[in-house]
Amino acid sequence: MAIEKNLTLLEGEIALVTGATRGIGKSIADEFAQAGATVIGTATTKEGAENISNRLSNLNLNGHGIVLDVANSEQISKEVGSLKESDLMPSILVNNAGISLDNLLMRITKDEWEKVIATNLSSAFYLSKAVIGSMLKNRHGRIINIGSVQGSTGAPGHSHYSAAKAGLIGLTKSLAQEVGSRNITVNVISPGYVSTDMTKQIDDKMNQALLETIPLKRFGKPIDIAKTALYLASSLGSYITGETINVNGGMNML
Amino acid sequence: MSVEEKVRGIVAKQLGLGEDEVNNESSFIDDLGADSLDTVELVMSLEEEFDIEISDDEAENILTVQAAIDHVNNNAN
Repeated sequence: MAIEKNLTLLEGEIALVTGATRGIGKSIADEFAQAGATVIGTATTKEGAENISNRLSNLNLNGHGIVLDVANSEQISKEVGSLKESDLMPSILVNNAGISLDNLLMRITKDEWEKVIATNLSSAFYLSKAVIGSMLKNRHGRIINIGSVQGSTGAPGHSHYSAAKAGLIGLTKSLAQEVGSRNITVNVISPGYVSTDMTKQIDDKMNQALLETIPLKRFGKPIDIAKTALYLASSLGSYITGETINVNGGMNML
Repeated sequence: MSVEEKVRGIVAKQLGLGEDEVNNESSFIDDLGADSLDTVELVMSLEEEFDIEISDDEAENILTVQAAIDHVNNNAN
């Protein structure tokens, strides 16, 4: 597939994007690379990381994949240490990796709760902490946390997921206030219903009912989120911080 | 340049002060107008300049120029 390198919005930037093998993370990684950034995309498996490397290389873009369990703080320290040694400390961090294990609260096990909180929320803390030092030093940085409409509205079967996504908003607002004076912005993008592997599990009847609630009459696409991320990551969004941008086709006007 | 002079230089640079304004007894926050983020950055600068690692616990106790000098003297290779 021929892709134009039509922008230089992120020229010279290094972006770390978690969960970059598919869905929203993949789209963000590709979009950022096309805008001139060097992209390090994380995957949970070696195969996934190789796919990211191959994909970027096939598109003639800069970057590669790495294996990282974002819920594992020691692994994060180690991997970010390697990036430092390779002179690849990110100027842009996108905390995108996430899981949802749908279940009613009364059926959620303690392990499931902890896994969802660790992957969707603690990961953003670990990674922000690991990369913020070099951003402070460079007086430049962008952190983008991928939330969810459910962080604001909640949803049945998603108490852990919604709690984690709401937690990201609090983390974002606090960190934004801490580091704003050093020209680092921290924001949340809250997607609504985006067609990805994660949302494939929802049945057709439910899908149709959901579509009725979206004024723009279509489900979101990963690229809709990626374009918003590009805006926040580039100079276009340099005066936005601590904000939650809802990208949901009008499904919830919060 | 001695460790003392280097540390005072780093502190002055970080906080946008003249080197003559920085004494060994100066407290970063009370005397030199640093905020908590400045102190974090100071620790990072010390780590880099002297090639040492300062843990979060240690960093919390480095509140004065003298404490920084002592820490470097005790830990630098």
